[in-house]
Amino acid sequence: MNEQPENLRNFTINFGPQHPAAHGVLRLVLELDGEVVARVDPHIGLLHRGTEKLIEQKTYLQAIPYFDRLDYVAPMNQEHAFCLAAEKLLGIEVPRRGQLIRVLYCEIGRILSHLLNVTTQAMDVGALTPPLWGFEEREKLMVFYERASGSRMHAAYFRVGGVHQDLPQKLIDDIEAWCDPFLKVVDDLDRLLTANRIFKQRNVDIGVVSLKEAWEWGFSGVMVRGSGAAWDLRKSQPYECYAEMDFDIPIGKNGDCYDRYLIRMEEMRQAVRIMKQCIQKLNAPDGKGPVVVEDNKVAPPRRGEMKRSMEALIHHFKLYTEGVHVPEGEVYAAVEAPKGEFGVYLVSDGTNKPYKCKIRAPGFAHLQAMDHICRGHLLADVSAILGSLDIVFGEVDR
Amino acid sequence: MDDAKLDALGQTIVSALPGAATGYQVAFNQLTVDVEVAKIVEVVKYLRDDPNCRFVNFTDITATDYPSREKRFDVIYHFLSPTLNTRIRLKAQADETTQVPSLIEVFPGADWFEREAYDLYGVFFVGHPDMRRILTDYGFEGHPLRKDFPLTGFLEVRYDDQEKRVVYEPVRLNQEFRKFDFLSPWEGADYPLPGDEKAKQ
Repeated sequence: MNEQPENLRNFTINFGPQHPAAHGVLRLVLELDGEVVARVDPHIGLLHRGTEKLIEQKTYLQAIPYFDRLDYVAPMNQEHAFCLAAEKLLGIEVPRRGQLIRVLYCEIGRILSHLLNVTTQAMDVGALTPPLWGFEEREKLMVFYERASGSRMHAAYFRVGGVHQDLPQKLIDDIEAWCDPFLKVVDDLDRLLTANRIFKQRNVDIGVVSLKEAWEWGFSGVMVRGSGAAWDLRKSQPYECYAEMDFDIPIGKNGDCYDRYLIRMEEMRQAVRIMKQCIQKLNAPDGKGPVVVEDNKVAPPRRGEMKRSMEALIHHFKLYTEGVHVPEGEVYAAVEAPKGEFGVYLVSDGTNKPYKCKIRAPGFAHLQAMDHICRGHLLADVSAILGSLDIVFGEVDR
Repeated sequence: MDDAKLDALGQTIVSALPGAATGYQVAFNQLTVDVEVAKIVEVVKYLRDDPNCRFVNFTDITATDYPSREKRFDVIYHFLSPTLNTRIRLKAQADETTQVPSLIEVFPGADWFEREAYDLYGVFFVGHPDMRRILTDYGFEGHPLRKDFPLTGFLEVRYDDQEKRVVYEPVRLNQEFRKFDFLSPWEGADYPLPGDEKAKQ
């Protein structure tokens, strides 16, 4: 055989946009040297809906539902960031019960997201059972979403100044009853995956990110914690009532896919711990009270009041047509969303609509490092790495 | 960090970078430093490497459009210092033709954020190796987040069953786009009210 190595050329393939392991509408153009990835060029924007442009045309209240549609596996965490930004500009503080409900639902969101990520990543590397087990629990959590807000996913439950409605006591009790059995499910998943030989072969020492790289690539959340930084906005820059919650931040040592998986598993347990504390505080006497600020220039009056009071009716009408006028200024507010630091940079010009609302999605920063992380890995590792980055296209494409 | 410390930090940064950092404000417990757009790389390098700053985590790049200004864009950078546990915002003014130096040498994570700012605002970054559009469609024209870009855009896309392909057509609105004006004449509206045009001012 006449060998002509100079005629060898790299093979370019399309990964996605319809590939199930692409976690949505990601198109990766992979340049392969045999089985080895030589270059990755992610093409994003297939789910771009112009959220930021739309928000500029809407009042602050109308902007909230757009946030559900960003990272649609943990919708309330996104709303939270926007509400925090607007509240900072308005200079209002959320009543205690409102804060507790927010934290409770943010932690539910965290579990929703981690369950999806951990189990589908396992599916990407070949295990079918974890998603079946995990999605059963997700379903229960989505019912809790529904019972609070009326909607399983796109809740639009948080409001500037609090949350839309109070939780019924039965719902709080049901969430409490869900907590302990769920820890068993996490243990089951743990037994299924953590020591699994195939799972380890596919994840250990794959997609290693050093801490320095993680910082300069703009990583956040699990991606920096996996590389060894004990950095969690809930601890380091506490917002709402996270300061009084008792929980641990798991960190990794090696910065590989396996460490990130372990961190997500532990974060689910910690989230349950926070939820239990929230429920305990909600049931305590000082956890009762209003769930949204009482100022009728910001939050609408109660329905019952509106039937009797002319002023309440006017406030209601003005709030749902014109909306809140937010004082001039600019502010950046970030929350520790399940996927990392989700930030909202809000510029107000004093009118009832945001002048600019930039959404800083964690997945966007993580996905851009695909080329950097994947280079030199095998083709099969691409899906493992992609899974461990925890990408959801709603927030990457906006 | 409280406001006094942020104030001191702002002072340190401005005095350490004469000609590059021109001023600072502290508002809502957040520090904003105004920078000269041509010197942005120098400023960011200082912020990253100086032992008193250590802004090693790149957070965000975006822009804001003020069409009435001579230099219409504010290019806005966010960084985080895990050591100081604080954030910083840099603001530089630019227009459509200003060549904004790319940060990609200092922070590789600036890559997509600069592409996004270019795509959505048309801010022009130099020194970026791969300045393609990122979020909008292949072959898109215009910069959608500019204030003079209409919300409805110019082209609409549909699948044509006869031609068996996706076709692009000019936007046709079945109902005129409704934009309500909620500015109150008592607070803020600086135009004559409808019906009031002939009244003596």
